[in-house]
Amino acid sequence: MTVGELSKKCGFVTVCMPEPDREVSGCYIGDLLSWVMGRAQSGNAWITIMSNVNIAAVASLTDVAVIILAEGVILDESVVAVASQKGINIVSSDVPAFETAMKLGGCV
Amino acid sequence: MKKYYYDFHIHSCLSPCADDDMTPNNIAGTAVLAGLEAVALTDHNSSKNCPAFFEAAKKYGLIPIAGMELTTAEDIHIVCLFPELDGAMKFDAYVSKYRMKIPNRTDIFGEQLIMNGEDEIIGREDYFLPAASEITVDDAPNIVSLFGGICYPAHVDREANGIIATLGTFPENTGFRNAEFYDHGKEEEYLRKYSALAEKRLLVSSDAHNLWNIRDKSAFLEIDDEPYSSDRVRRQILRLLGAEI
Repeated sequence: MTVGELSKKCGFVTVCMPEPDREVSGCYIGDLLSWVMGRAQSGNAWITIMSNVNIAAVASLTDVAVIILAEGVILDESVVAVASQKGINIVSSDVPAFETAMKLGGCV
Repeated sequence: MKKYYYDFHIHSCLSPCADDDMTPNNIAGTAVLAGLEAVALTDHNSSKNCPAFFEAAKKYGLIPIAGMELTTAEDIHIVCLFPELDGAMKFDAYVSKYRMKIPNRTDIFGEQLIMNGEDEIIGREDYFLPAASEITVDDAPNIVSLFGGICYPAHVDREANGIIATLGTFPENTGFRNAEFYDHGKEEEYLRKYSALAEKRLLVSSDAHNLWNIRDKSAFLEIDDEPYSSDRVRRQILRLLGAEI
């Protein structure tokens, strides 16, 4: 399933989606970026509440398909600008990480 | 120029995780025995024991620095230091508006005691102090400077609440001019891995939560201290830490 399809199906709000046709496979959940860097896999949907600009760098490095911000976390505009520029898809979910992951179940 | 042995990261009995015998006088006395000359009190998200620490330090001949270990919105620990006690107390009042109001469970986390200069309990902090504030790591340097202070990431070499573990690297283009190490000797390894550290003054402090963790003198700064006064040395230390390396 693509990021665009997944986001629509799960009812996520688009923050920025420069690459809606990326395929999603698997999911990683974590907020400590040093752990995410070493564990998230290419193509994953990454669920986090971290809003620092370094999420864009970590998403690039790990090549995750999409960042899903749980609990309605809001990003600073400067972070959205960096993510858009780097081709990072970001969507927002208004429920906590577990419920967000449950929505992904069956899709990835 | 004279060497001043320092420790800029010590917790008192106001921090729930610190021993209750980390009283202002016990800290000042132990620091002097350890050969330290300038010591900052940096409780989690509060400076409320700094007035008592200043009184105690005067009795023991120690140069006190008012500080705080701020927990940012990202759960990163930041050491904040102020040239004047008054600035720290105003910052304390500011931070108290941006803290999470979670009641402290003394049975789990420990007491949060506010003391006077005689080590008598004059109050207790009701809310759990180390919880994250709403202040982001990016905003912290500017906000602290509004109160005359400087700040820098604490224990960058530790996973728990260290900036590198939390953000995955030491970010470029921050307002920080210093970085604190917990372990003396790790600096070389970190400088090789994280290029942004090359522009920082690397400090080492104990993050002591009990008296026996206050280390013997080791790290020092060279300060122009003439004509000498305790206040002057403190201000000179802050001026040095606020300058680019």
